[in-house]
Amino acid sequence: MRRLVSLALVHAVLIGGAVFMLLPFVFMLTSAIKPPGEIFEATFRLWPRQFYGWQNFESALSTAPLLRFLLNGLIVCGGILVVQLLVAIPCAYALAKLRFPGRPILFSLVLLGLCIPVQAPSLPLYIAFAELGILNTYLSMMMPFFLSVFAIFLFRQFFKSYPDEIIQAARLDGVGEFEIVWRIVVPSAWPAIAAFSIFSVVAHWNDLYWPLIVVSDTKLATPPLGMMYFADSELGSNYGALAAGATIITAPLVIAFLIARRHFIAGITMTGIK
Amino acid sequence: MNAVAAQITRQQWIERFAGLGFAAPAFILLVLTNLAPLAALASLSFTNYELGALNFSFVGLKNFSTALHDPVIRRSVTNTLLYVAIVVPGGVLISLFVAILIHQRKRTRSLYEVIYFLPVTSTLIAMATMWQFLLHPTLGLINQTLKGLGFAGTAFLSEPRLAIPTLAAIGIWQLVGFNMVLFLAGLSAIPRDLYEAVDIDGASHPIDRFLKVTWPMLGPTTMFVTVTTFITAFKIFDTVAVMTRGGPGGASEVLLYAIYLEGFQYFHMSYAATLTLVFLAFTLVFSVLQTFILDRRVHY
Repeated sequence: MRRLVSLALVHAVLIGGAVFMLLPFVFMLTSAIKPPGEIFEATFRLWPRQFYGWQNFESALSTAPLLRFLLNGLIVCGGILVVQLLVAIPCAYALAKLRFPGRPILFSLVLLGLCIPVQAPSLPLYIAFAELGILNTYLSMMMPFFLSVFAIFLFRQFFKSYPDEIIQAARLDGVGEFEIVWRIVVPSAWPAIAAFSIFSVVAHWNDLYWPLIVVSDTKLATPPLGMMYFADSELGSNYGALAAGATIITAPLVIAFLIARRHFIAGITMTGIK
Repeated sequence: MNAVAAQITRQQWIERFAGLGFAAPAFILLVLTNLAPLAALASLSFTNYELGALNFSFVGLKNFSTALHDPVIRRSVTNTLLYVAIVVPGGVLISLFVAILIHQRKRTRSLYEVIYFLPVTSTLIAMATMWQFLLHPTLGLINQTLKGLGFAGTAFLSEPRLAIPTLAAIGIWQLVGFNMVLFLAGLSAIPRDLYEAVDIDGASHPIDRFLKVTWPMLGPTTMFVTVTTFITAFKIFDTVAVMTRGGPGGASEVLLYAIYLEGFQYFHMSYAATLTLVFLAFTLVFSVLQTFILDRRVHY
């Protein structure tokens, strides 16, 4: 009996918390299908009396280029991730397995880089980009993140545990270092690469600070920046359309998370940093 | 003998050559996007440079003394620290509590895990807009519910005293799932026989089990979670930029938002550089700690 009561209590607490966690999601999804008059009714209902979903999504999509925002998010996150991996993997391999002059200094610099928040270099980078005339370009949105010291750090740890014998054997077979990295070591590091990729995409998809600084052209806005423009526009008072827009902006990552839940959670556990 | 020696030297040459080649792109980017900007930032803070200015001069510590007496900056620092003071204990303890409760569930564990983790993956800007509706002083669902229960309506975001605590609640809402996952991993790593051992000692009450086993065993995880939460909390920007813009009356001005305004809205570059250094100084201890823990923690 006491067990049952404590079990009920635990679930009551967890469900209470879950309601708080889900509140904005439920509100967003229900408002997206409600007519303007029903959104702020005193009694909250999950399903509207009058289904208004088509109108809301239609006016959201026709007033703001939401799909373009998603595409921009995809381009920026994809571009950043590809360059991050191409740059960090060989460097991490060199730090883990090759003896070359300057290796200790480089690793110290990587650790130093880990201590610097991304917002710190943004001011000089902005001035440089303004001088170069490349503000309002995809390049300016991606460039500051091409080097991830965190990726180098994570992959180095992973590569260090890769058996030296296999690398030696490959060398004796005449396999070059370039091929050793990309065809022998990288396939074994798949869990770390997946974890880092999730970390990187989530971080840059949701980043507002840097896009807000370098982009003023609506056409280049990433999802969060687009959402901000959208909420500020005259449509900001059309709550149903705004909720529909928020649904479209939020959907891709949330759906990806629901599909690849285990990878997301394993990735967070492995990287453990934001 | 000679052939072996020659081969070792050859291998050494290959390693040097390949090592430098592999590290070069990363090193160049590290200099371009990190080290050089930091050096520029430090130098800028001693000048009076503004974007587009043709000439500028060295002004020594003037920017620092301006910042010290700038009411906006003082307010921003106080507000940021208040935000951190709510989010760090709240975000760590609530997620620890939730993790312990979820860890003991079997069939419902993954369901709760998904629900609590959902805010981490969702775009905060979109969600902040939804929170803004929910918190609307008269029409919002939260106030209507409060009124329905007989409480007075509360203007969460337009009441100066409540602005930061409300933003902090949303900050915790966004963080809990992330920290919970780290705590769950820590909890799974605690060997079962430790609990059995305290049971034999007669300490079978859940609070005893927590104090004698869970809390000490989770020490490193708690430390790491606290440090990352501090860094995340100190960087509060998104919710301020969307929901309050520093208002009402400066009640939710925070440091990163002040830097954003000075640097990228008013283009007072040298002053913003000084403020960035202040921001760096606050986070540095925690960033160094985080790096130190990461260096010991990541292992496979």
